[in-house]
Amino acid sequence: MNWITNYVRPRINSIFSRREVPENLWTKCDDCGTMLFHRELSDNQNVCTSCGHHMSITPRARFKALFDGGIFSEVAVPEPMADPLQFRDQKKYPERMKAAQKSTGERDAMLVATGEIGRTPIVAAAQDFSFMGGSMGMYVGNAIIAAAEEAVKLKRPLVLFSAAGGARMQEGILSLMQMPRSTVAIQMLKEAGLPYIVVLTHPTTGGVTASYAMLGDVQIAEPGALICFAGPRVIEQTIREKLPEGFQRAEYLLDHGMLDRVTPRTKLREELITIIRMLTGQTPAVWGDLPAPEAAAATPTSAT
Amino acid sequence: MTNYLDFERPLAEIEGKAEELRAMARQNAEMDIEAEAAALDKKAADLLVSLYKDLTPWRKCQVARHPDRPHCKDYIEALFTEYTPLAGDRNFADDHAVMGGLARFNDTPVMVIGHEKGNDTKSRIERNFGMARPEGYRKAIRLMDMAHRFGLPVITLVDTPGAYPGKGAEERGQSEAIARSTEKCLQVGVPLVSVIIGEGGSGGAVAFATANRVAMLEHSVYSVISPEGCASILWKDAEKMREAAEALRLTAQDLRKLGVADRVIPEPVGGAHRDKQKTIKAVGETIAAMLAELSDLKGKKLIEDRRKKYIEMGRKGLAA
Ligand SMILES: [Zn+2]
Repeated sequence: MNWITNYVRPRINSIFSRREVPENLWTKCDDCGTMLFHRELSDNQNVCTSCGHHMSITPRARFKALFDGGIFSEVAVPEPMADPLQFRDQKKYPERMKAAQKSTGERDAMLVATGEIGRTPIVAAAQDFSFMGGSMGMYVGNAIIAAAEEAVKLKRPLVLFSAAGGARMQEGILSLMQMPRSTVAIQMLKEAGLPYIVVLTHPTTGGVTASYAMLGDVQIAEPGALICFAGPRVIEQTIREKLPEGFQRAEYLLDHGMLDRVTPRTKLREELITIIRMLTGQTPAVWGDLPAPEAAAATPTSAT
Repeated sequence: MTNYLDFERPLAEIEGKAEELRAMARQNAEMDIEAEAAALDKKAADLLVSLYKDLTPWRKCQVARHPDRPHCKDYIEALFTEYTPLAGDRNFADDHAVMGGLARFNDTPVMVIGHEKGNDTKSRIERNFGMARPEGYRKAIRLMDMAHRFGLPVITLVDTPGAYPGKGAEERGQSEAIARSTEKCLQVGVPLVSVIIGEGGSGGAVAFATANRVAMLEHSVYSVISPEGCASILWKDAEKMREAAEALRLTAQDLRKLGVADRVIPEPVGGAHRDKQKTIKAVGETIAAMLAELSDLKGKKLIEDRRKKYIEMGRKGLAA
């Protein structure tokens, strides 16, 4: 899909400076230790080409691979009150926020966008583990509400990619209140008869798992993802025994009936298209390289 | 015997002295100690007032966890009649950390659900210290559903350190159980009122306390994480729980300002455990008042009221 370079991305998509990575870098796979050429790794959506290990991926990189031609437009998220508790631990919360914004180029830990996947219109939301561990605070709650509202407005399904260490402690009780808040958002979707598909990615833990990440009509996880409420270390300390191999990993949850599917990242797009088109009563997808959405709109129907 | 908290040590000494004097007088009829003992009593009473006048957030956590604090069972026994426990999640087990069933509150049939911590070693173990497993939330879901179908108001009493970090609880999907319980709270077309009577520990509390009205006892706490847990993550030192408790804004007073708690119920001087009857009575009056506030709302309106409350929550911080 090289033709994308010819298109101008929607303006909103480029407000934040994207993380530029020098192309001559090598990355070592955390799992098998293979040195991977950076370009090769990013072309494979940060999945190790040697062992299939899934490394974390930013929402922007994910959306670029997910949406047709890499084209999507961001959905605006209402800005919450900054530092509502005037929280300070060893650092002040606003300082931690600034540092995270600087290192990621993002506003907060969730990105919401609309676009098409295999010509299927959707709204997508993705959590950013590189932004303060993807933690859920007021902004993430607002993002989920904005995503649900957009989906209802456009009558589109919502696909949500979760990734979080849990709630954002620096927002105290207000981070906890994002559990009911996000649940209300998901209810709005369900009442509108729209599919809500959750893709759980590594790691999805704490209050995030115990709210919107477990309420999907279809629950898909990436291989090897840690998915839990209480983390393995806390459990080992409580029960004072070693946990079994693979405990709380995606495959373990699948075995225990908590998930519908475990699907590799590189196969996800196709799977989402297939499922969504069935749930929304559309014809089977046409596979292969399609012209970009704008180009298709300009030329009379002949390609499909 | 009184269980003293660490910051009550000076109080324990004075009360101990008064006790000793009276014990000696009982042995020796000629001793006249009453004036001295009365002076100590007065001193102790004054000290109690000053200790509790301005409790730090960490001390409030300690009071909220006090072993003699009235628990869910005490409230159910005193405030409800015809309490008929309903057990089980119809799937795996009955979770004894969660009490629940039909009862009458001021003669009106209701569904009451709450966490029970237990009051001695045996009952604490049986109740798993108030830490529910997935079955507890699923039992609550079942009871809320029933309340919805038969038009019974739901009253929840929250007192839990949090969900149980155990192997089985995770295997049986406690995340999903908590998520569904919160979802159910938002779906019932009957009044749902909640009182945080002790500890409101993270997701385990949210699963019951997503309500039209939430009241908190004066020295109860409600938090996203325990101060010890927060300290060990952010300070890398669990001993910094005082600082963490301060930063988390977990007191009833702060939560009232943030709009998470709608009411704060005053406790007797020295905390709920020093006058259980008075505390339980105040909680009963507050439940009645909260239900009365909702009496004009029916069905869908109650659901809308709850949703609106949570969607708008957090728009103003502490400053407002
Ligand atoms: Zn590898």
